Amino acid sequence: MIDFEKVKLKVNDKEITIGCVLESNGSTANLKTGAWRSKRPVVDFDKCIGCGTCWMLCPEGCISKREDGKFEIDLDYCKGCGICANECPVKCIKMIMEEK
Amino acid sequence: MAIMGLPEEEYFSYGHRACAGCGAATALRLITKAAGRNSILVESTGCIEVVSTPYPETAWKLPWIHGAFENAASIASGIEAALKYSGENTKVIAIGGDGATYDIGFGHLSGAFERGHDFTYICYDNEAYMNTGIQRSGSTPYGAYTTTSPSGKKSIGKEEWKKDLVHILAAHGSPYVANASIGYATDAFKKLKTAIETEGPTFVNLFATCPTGWRSATEKSIEIAKLAVDTGVCPLYEIIDGKHKLGRPKDIDKLKPLEEYLKLQGRYRHLFRPEKNKETIEFMENRVRKNLENLLKYEECGL
Repeated sequence: MIDFEKVKLKVNDKEITIGCVLESNGSTANLKTGAWRSKRPVVDFDKCIGCGTCWMLCPEGCISKREDGKFEIDLDYCKGCGICANECPVKCIKMIMEEK
Repeated sequence: MAIMGLPEEEYFSYGHRACAGCGAATALRLITKAAGRNSILVESTGCIEVVSTPYPETAWKLPWIHGAFENAASIASGIEAALKYSGENTKVIAIGGDGATYDIGFGHLSGAFERGHDFTYICYDNEAYMNTGIQRSGSTPYGAYTTTSPSGKKSIGKEEWKKDLVHILAAHGSPYVANASIGYATDAFKKLKTAIETEGPTFVNLFATCPTGWRSATEKSIEIAKLAVDTGVCPLYEIIDGKHKLGRPKDIDKLKPLEEYLKLQGRYRHLFRPEKNKETIEFMENRVRKNLENLLKYEECGL
């Protein structure tokens, strides 16, 4: 295996790896896309049945299972598309306007 | 742990730059879950390539390589040959948008299928070149507005029917080709998994909504993908060793009216303004029906 860290080049004072190879690590998580949002999902945990429909269909993959089996949304990354609220079979997710 | 039959582990990280409500991003999550850890992904140029890798960041947690617009299938062929030589049992999966698959990379894809490499090609089909600004592709459906098939007084949008790529690839003698929709995600996941596990060149066309290009509401992405199946526009079927198997819709007489599907999308708005273009909608409905009848007949005859 090639250690890409050791074969760095200098281009315009920036260090890059050969072929611009990156470690596959999901580093886009550094950008919190939650700032794009204009509507925010609010989950009513009393009504949530923990089916996982929202988790399966979320384009961001920012919904995760809690210890009690219900699903919560990571608002740091949620772009507020509203798919979860529209698809929830028990309609326990509501979209409300973001306000400053 | 599995939720709804899907592995809980994510291989496509959040923080990617896809638009809110992107159907292709949901599709990619399904694809990576079906692929699992022991796989190499190859991607051609397209929306997902752009939104997932803003250098020096990457949304991928699996080995991933980007070539050019046309040659994902060729790169996958090379990787597959190298893996075969070294005796490793790693799955090779090529991913492309409909522009790369239906038009630009079609020759490469056809070549790789003809050579019979053991790989899977998955097309996330959002029915136009969305990344460059909604230009028509071979996959754009009849009557849809795009910037290069504009609608107006003398035009109804695109005037040609969508290319039937699934059957073209089945004709290459592929052991498994399928048409799936993100609206029925568990079904799509099963098809992806079957395609990846089947030996030989396999193909899945994964219908994915694009709220930006289809001018639809972001929260309706999955609803539209579901309606596409229930109205018969995007029938869910597999062709296993040349034999058809139709999943949905089974009953042609219980199809939902096509209008329900068209009305949710701005790209068909001109069909309802200033008044409803009955002729065009009826023509589309009949053609969709005819296509379904054919599929049912194939299945009945064991073809």
